[in-house]
Amino acid sequence: MGDNNIFTDFRVQTLVEEKTINFEKFLSGKNFYLINIWSSWCEPCRDESDKLLELKNDTTIMMIGINYKDKKKNALNFLKLYGNPFEEIFVDKQGTISINFGAYGVPETFLINNDNKVLKKYIGPLNDEDVYEIKKITKN
Amino acid sequence: MRMFMKLKRLLKIKILIIFILTYFSFNNTAISSSFYEEQTINITKNLRCLICQGQTIHESNSDFAESMKKYIKGELENGKTNDEVFSSLTKKYGQWIVYDPGISRNTLLLWSLPLLLFLIGGVIIAKKIFRKI
Repeated sequence: MGDNNIFTDFRVQTLVEEKTINFEKFLSGKNFYLINIWSSWCEPCRDESDKLLELKNDTTIMMIGINYKDKKKNALNFLKLYGNPFEEIFVDKQGTISINFGAYGVPETFLINNDNKVLKKYIGPLNDEDVYEIKKITKN
Repeated sequence: MRMFMKLKRLLKIKILIIFILTYFSFNNTAISSSFYEEQTINITKNLRCLICQGQTIHESNSDFAESMKKYIKGELENGKTNDEVFSSLTKKYGQWIVYDPGISRNTLLLWSLPLLLFLIGGVIIAKKIFRKI
C-alpha cells in the first residue's frame, strides 16, 4: 500500500440491508470511486447534497456513502428529504472507518481510482468548483 | 451410601473447578482490557488532536478524538504494536499528528539541528578564546 493509497481491507455493514461485507470486494467495476462521509445531523452535508446528486450522473464514478455516527432512521429520512446519490451506503457507528480513511469529520469526500489511490480529498462540503474538478479528472 | 458420598464429593470438586475457571477467565479479560486501555492512553498522549487547539487526542473529547481512541484500541486488540499504530496514523495524517516524531529520515535534520548549532557555537567560542590567548 502506497502512502497515497486508501486502506480498504476491512469489514463494513450496509445501512439499508445491514449486511456485513468486505469493503475491498465492493470496489470493483468502475474507474473511479467517490467516498463521501456524511451524517443526518451534519448541517453542511445538506448543502452538498445537490452537488453529490449532480455527480451521480457521471457513469465512470461509483458513489459510496459512509454514514457517520448516525441513527438509521434519521439517515434514511435525510436521504428521503435530500435525495440519495449513493450506490451503496455503509455504516460507521464508531467513527473508526473514517479514521481508517484518514478523515477528520463530516462532511469529507475522497475521490479514488481503481488502484485505491486517493486522487483528491475534500474536507468540508463540496462546492461547484470541486464538482467541476472531479468531472475534469474523471473525463481524462 | 458410599457411592452417593463419592458422587457428592465429585460434584463439589467440579463446582470448585468451574468457579476457579470462571474467576480466572473474567480476571484475564479485565487484565487484557485494561492493558489495551493503558496502551491506548500512552499512544494518544503523543498524538495531536488535529481539529483542536493545543490538545492531545487523550485530552480531547471531540468526535475526532473519540473515534481515534476507539480506532487505536481496536488496532491494539487486533495485534498491532504501538509502532505499527503510529506508523499507520502518520501514513494517513502525516508526521504532524505525532507530538514526539522520533528519529527518521524526515526528522533527522530537526533532531540534529540543536546539536549542530551547539557544536558550531562551541567552535566559535573556542576560536575567540584561543585567539585572545
